[in-house]
Amino acid sequence: MTTNDAFISIRNVGKSYGTFRAIDSVSMDIAHGEFFSLLGASGCGKTTLLRMLAGFESVSSGEIFIDGQPMSDVPPYRRPVNMVFQNYAIFPHLNVAQNIGYGLRKLKLPRAKQDQMVDEMLDLVQLSGYGKRRGHELSGGQRQRIALARALILKPKVLLLDEPLGALDKQLREQMQMELRRLQRAIGITFVFVTHDQEEALTLSDRIAVMSGGAVLQVDSPSALYEVPKTRDVASFIGNMNFLDAKVTGCVNGHAHLDVQGIGRLDFPSAGTTLTEGDKVSVAIRPEKLVLHDTAPVNGSKAIAGEIALTTYLGERSHYQVRVPGCDTPIAISTQNIRMHKPQEATIGRPVWLTWSDDALIVLER
Amino acid sequence: MVSVPDARSFGRGKLAAWFQRSEAARGYALMSPALIVLLIGIAVPLIILIAMSLWTRDGFGFDMTPTIANYQRAATEPIFGTLLTRSFMISGLATFITVLLCYPMAYYVAFHVHRNKMLWIVLMTLPFWTSYLLRVFAWRVILGYEGVINSAFLSAGWIEAPLEFLLYSQTAVVITLAHAWAAFAILPLYVSLEKIDKSLLEAATDLGDGPFTRFMRITLPLSMPGVIAASFLIFIPTTGDYITPALLGGPDGVMIGNLIQLQFGPVNNWPMGAALSIVLMAWIAALALVFLFITRKAKDHLA
Repeated sequence: MTTNDAFISIRNVGKSYGTFRAIDSVSMDIAHGEFFSLLGASGCGKTTLLRMLAGFESVSSGEIFIDGQPMSDVPPYRRPVNMVFQNYAIFPHLNVAQNIGYGLRKLKLPRAKQDQMVDEMLDLVQLSGYGKRRGHELSGGQRQRIALARALILKPKVLLLDEPLGALDKQLREQMQMELRRLQRAIGITFVFVTHDQEEALTLSDRIAVMSGGAVLQVDSPSALYEVPKTRDVASFIGNMNFLDAKVTGCVNGHAHLDVQGIGRLDFPSAGTTLTEGDKVSVAIRPEKLVLHDTAPVNGSKAIAGEIALTTYLGERSHYQVRVPGCDTPIAISTQNIRMHKPQEATIGRPVWLTWSDDALIVLER
Repeated sequence: MVSVPDARSFGRGKLAAWFQRSEAARGYALMSPALIVLLIGIAVPLIILIAMSLWTRDGFGFDMTPTIANYQRAATEPIFGTLLTRSFMISGLATFITVLLCYPMAYYVAFHVHRNKMLWIVLMTLPFWTSYLLRVFAWRVILGYEGVINSAFLSAGWIEAPLEFLLYSQTAVVITLAHAWAAFAILPLYVSLEKIDKSLLEAATDLGDGPFTRFMRITLPLSMPGVIAASFLIFIPTTGDYITPALLGGPDGVMIGNLIQLQFGPVNNWPMGAALSIVLMAWIAALALVFLFITRKAKDHLA
């Protein structure tokens, strides 16, 4: 993406608290109308970055542009962004309608127009008829919708969401995820969403920035992050991943020869990579991309031989841990239970063979 | 085989079982010491006071025939009305000034002090560790004709003669009361401000409020319970105060408390004193209700 069609442009932004660097020179561009997530474990700097977009934290270095305007000198109450807070921050002394209409006062609109806008918003978040209630009379999901409506009524250019679904139970969370996606498509404004829940980020986002220790590891679409992570950290943070230690033994005709722990020799296309002889790398494969066999494959294709060390039956799928001679850690496999699960198949110590398709393997720097 | 003990053998009779099960019974048991003290310390004297206010002085004893003559006197003789109004004016002004001055202090500690908040609060209440009387006398030293302020202004050449309105005046009473009761304002104000969720302030800012608008629409309404508590805590006791007006008020600063004290003291008309006390109490209750009503209305309006 070029800087030209970036709606939010974060340029070398850093944040220090004394000697502690919370965010270390981060740059990224977010397009207009994009659902963009900041994903990372707690303390990775994602919330700090969001609060810098909102203006609650100053930028120690670098600059944030929203719609082409530098934001450093713009106080939070003049920024074209609105925020949905983690605890929703519903004003306890106001009723629902007053909460939603809170930001309208500065627009100096006629009373009737304000009421009409509040009613429209109540409709949009499916809370019609709740206008006279107070915040404490509402459930978590309803409070969340009010926080959303209160921010959206001002028609911000960007909506910032700070883990807004964190306090909800699983079912409600999934329902609100759908809701958020529907709203975002309907009104077409840019959403910047902070979460530590990778599943949520994968479900909702157009693109995700994976953050760790105040730095951005990778910015990509959910499928690109999952299928072709660029680093081991990203690969292990998003979903589960098996890592096999490997060594590059030679590069011939655009192929790198790898000596992989537990497998032996593997050829891997080296075009577009920086693999050179002697490199120590990791070969990574997702658990669901391995296929479990009871017998050794006959056609001579590559397979890993091992024995079952642990089985977890989850109903729709089963997870296995397979101990492989020569590997330090067992390999994880996840299979869809397309046939009826038979307990004897899961016997610990049963010999099994694992196969894979070549495009399921990823080579990552160690 | 394991024998299950009979459930009834755990309780000691029906009373104990009932006590175990009834939350209300345990609640009353916990409250009973305070209830007894309240009953003996407040209800009984109040009843005596009401009864006495209906009596008449008879030499050094009482004529116990019930009469409302004392109340009629209180309503008709202008001295009582004047002193009552003046008391309300003085202590209302003192309350207003105290809350106004203490609000920023409490606000500062609640929002801008991040470490050792308790130390700050303790330091703010430090002057109140000395006795009330001592503080009132200290103000005499400051406000007196040859006191700190007048001597300083005289030696600086700003004034030619000592400022007379400083001591033995209503000003002196207001100043002293405002200082003497500051701790009673700071604490409730601090508690109510401290309770405000900081994310509410951020949300208001996010929704377009500048610092002043945000204060008027969020901070002030949400700290209103503290303002009301502080106002009551100061207004109610200062209205009946007689030490400060006696020591600093001079003829202009006499308040209803002084008159009541006179009735029970030198004048030796206890029934009249009792009647005046009851009148004062009724007025305070009425004013408190009006105040509550107004603040509630104002809160809705601010929102």
